[in-house]
Amino acid sequence: MNEILEIIESDPKIGAKEIATLTGSTEAEVASNIKEMERAGIIRKYKTVINWEKAGEEYVYAIIEIKVVLHSRTGYDAIAERLARFDEVRSVRLISGDHDLSLTVRGKSMKEVAFFVAEKIATLEQVQGTVTHFVLRTFKEDGDILFEREQSERLPVSP
Amino acid sequence: MPGKHISEVVKSIPPSGIRKFFDLVLGMDDIISLGVGEPDFITPWHVREACIYSLEKGLTSYTSNNGLLELRELLSQYISSEYQVGYNPDNELLVTTGVSEATDLAFRAITNPGDEVIIPEPCYVSYVPGVVFSCGKPVRVPTYQEDDFRVTADQIERNITDRTKALVLSYPNNPTGAVMGRKDLEDIADVVNEHDLIVISDEVYDRLTYNGTHTCFASLPGMRDRTILLNGFSKSHAMTGLRIGYAAGDGEIIGAMTKIHQYTMLCAPITAQVGAIEALKNGDGEMRKMVREYDRRRRLIVGGLNKMGLDCFEPKGAFYAFPSIKTTGLTSEEFAGGLLKEEKVAVVPGDVFGECGAGYLRCSYATSREELSEALGRIERFVDSI
Ligand SMILES: Cc1ncc(COP(=O)(O)O)c(C=O)c1O
Repeated sequence: MNEILEIIESDPKIGAKEIATLTGSTEAEVASNIKEMERAGIIRKYKTVINWEKAGEEYVYAIIEIKVVLHSRTGYDAIAERLARFDEVRSVRLISGDHDLSLTVRGKSMKEVAFFVAEKIATLEQVQGTVTHFVLRTFKEDGDILFEREQSERLPVSP
Repeated sequence: MPGKHISEVVKSIPPSGIRKFFDLVLGMDDIISLGVGEPDFITPWHVREACIYSLEKGLTSYTSNNGLLELRELLSQYISSEYQVGYNPDNELLVTTGVSEATDLAFRAITNPGDEVIIPEPCYVSYVPGVVFSCGKPVRVPTYQEDDFRVTADQIERNITDRTKALVLSYPNNPTGAVMGRKDLEDIADVVNEHDLIVISDEVYDRLTYNGTHTCFASLPGMRDRTILLNGFSKSHAMTGLRIGYAAGDGEIIGAMTKIHQYTMLCAPITAQVGAIEALKNGDGEMRKMVREYDRRRRLIVGGLNKMGLDCFEPKGAFYAFPSIKTTGLTSEEFAGGLLKEEKVAVVPGDVFGECGAGYLRCSYATSREELSEALGRIERFVDSI
């Protein structure tokens, strides 16, 4: 099962037939394993990593650190879930250290992101303060290296 | 004519068949090469990082002849936990500049002029020249697909004379991918004992064993002191260019090898030794990941070759498939040459690894799955055009 996961994690488009070849099992077996893992929520979804910049869409990303004052007994969940509902917010994490929550926010421009933070986040009752870090360049995202990888220059034929 | 000054021994070695094919491939563009005998993975970053840090710290000196003590201690622990054979790091382990150097040292340490060394073929291209350079006599023993390319105790026994000094075992095998079962090796051990032979066991592909476990020849009863165990980091940890390997064996033999090593090599490169230490300490996870990927590619290529009608023996180790092309009516060289010219896929003719490899090709699957699939398509087109 984990063998299948390892294969589709790096290549979600691969079909059950190909996986069967690679793992030495049958297509039917692989397909039913995958279905089972989808049902159990082990496989949550199949994602596409897109270079939007190349597609002509410029996005600006920022990491927003938030200090929270807890008002109710619901703890951090209420505010975190509330923040998670914004489309602009790409990720929400409860973190240790100086701040309580860390968000990734995406917008079309720095201005748009700045306004979003000022109007939608800083104004929330539980938010005591925010620090905005604009992302200048991403080198690695979710295990994927985004810069040119080193190529090994092997001899074309060797013993 | 400086050529006339070259020694007869060196002249007696024919030019390498690999080299010949290499020259053909060189200068051609857009080649997909299944001719490569090394991993396509780059040395794991943590190993490279350890090497870089050692350079920053200024670790650029010679080490003791037999290698850094920490490395020898780790090797001793590793072999003992993996194969339950004990070697004293002080005098039974020698760190070398790759298995290549270790094979050369082994041959030179035990060969008197005219001594015979039995070499099962097809095999890695260095053993026969290594024996010849040591003024010994290589005795080639062919192995066959019917026997899963395993040499049998019987075959070895039939080739023993009163000059037989040693036997080379190289499993998992380059180029066939054959492995030995424990029983096969036990039968061979009996012959080795009976005829008082030394075994040079090149186990550089030991970690690249699929569905089954590798048996270390030295771990068989009575074989530790008769075996010169050779291994390294080139294949298991994708460290070919760092040049690092080792020999383990009886103290007197390792002592003799060290004697040659100290005058000819002095020591293995310290940067590579540091990398090897890191690989032994923290490299298991990445190594296993690479092996799992090789295993997938193995299924992909063996399945693909068989499907197009090239009978392909199931390789259980290393990273080579060794399909038979006998049904096509072409020789290995004709097939490989034609495939290169027509479809731009490089493979190595099987007879480069010994005459009994004629009618076969060595296809390395240390190449990405995309390239393998593309190469399989091209090979199929070539086979159909014959
Ligand atoms: C069977 C065998 N032994 C030894 C070597 C050489 O290993 P090293 O890089 O440690 O010198 C190779 C490399 O192709 C090999 O296939």
